[in-house]
Amino acid sequence: MISLKDAIERSRSNGDFTALNDAVPYTRFLNLAAEEGEGELIFRMGYRPEHIGNQVLRALHGGIIGSLLETAALSHVIWEMEQVRVPKTITITIDYLRSGRPVDTFAASRITKMGRRVVNVHTTAWQDDRSKPIASAIAHFLID
Amino acid sequence: MTPMNTDNNPALKSIFGEDHPLISHFGMEVMEIDKGLAVVRLPYRGFMVGNPETGVLHGGVMTTLIDSACGIAVFTALPRLQPIATLDLRIDYMRPSTPHKWLMARAKVTRVTPNVAFVVAEAWHEGEDGPVATAAGSFMIGTKLTHREDAA
Repeated sequence: MISLKDAIERSRSNGDFTALNDAVPYTRFLNLAAEEGEGELIFRMGYRPEHIGNQVLRALHGGIIGSLLETAALSHVIWEMEQVRVPKTITITIDYLRSGRPVDTFAASRITKMGRRVVNVHTTAWQDDRSKPIASAIAHFLID
Repeated sequence: MTPMNTDNNPALKSIFGEDHPLISHFGMEVMEIDKGLAVVRLPYRGFMVGNPETGVLHGGVMTTLIDSACGIAVFTALPRLQPIATLDLRIDYMRPSTPHKWLMARAKVTRVTPNVAFVVAEAWHEGEDGPVATAAGSFMIGTKLTHREDAA
């Protein structure tokens, strides 16, 4: 098994988060893949039936959407940090804007503030249309 | 402590009673339920790991557990079974979870209005002092049985 720090180092050096996604069991369950957009890191969560929280609506579970947002935020911090560290979540606040349909979901982040000990990140998730986000999150990570 | 039989409760049956891929995959079980209160247990499973070196759970697993517990608590506080949707959820991490131990979550509804219900929750390991995480959320009540996007 590849160590987390090695996977982080590898993902940072070539911007390919496959190594990190593969090293973490839960991101394998989320079915995540990282894609480099125009100077940004975009995560794609491939739809799986186990992601459904409401059978009647066929809507993604809020926890799954939150999981994508948190992972995308955390990976973005890893991507932009100067040193290899494993950030720890202090607080995450998720706003649910639209129900998630049973299709692939994307997420991208921007860092609001990179402090010495704490990073503040804003992440947005969308499906077919980026101008219609299904959820967003603000997360604080400890990078001490 | 043993899990509840959810067959006699229409709200719970709608979540747990039928074939539900997420609930069965996560192995979540309702331990206690009352008006505006739900206690849910989550087993430790290999796919939930966020740090393969320490075995600590991924934060998203906590979000899934707490969102589920809060949703069930809201269902129990409603006069009739209505669809609900999470509006927002804030989770504060007090400390990392302990690997290989089951997590418990208790959600309590603080107020129900015609449109919105407010909930607080905490998650802990049995036999350990203090919560692993605390949370606060709000839920829309009576969401239409269509995707909100299409209804908008």
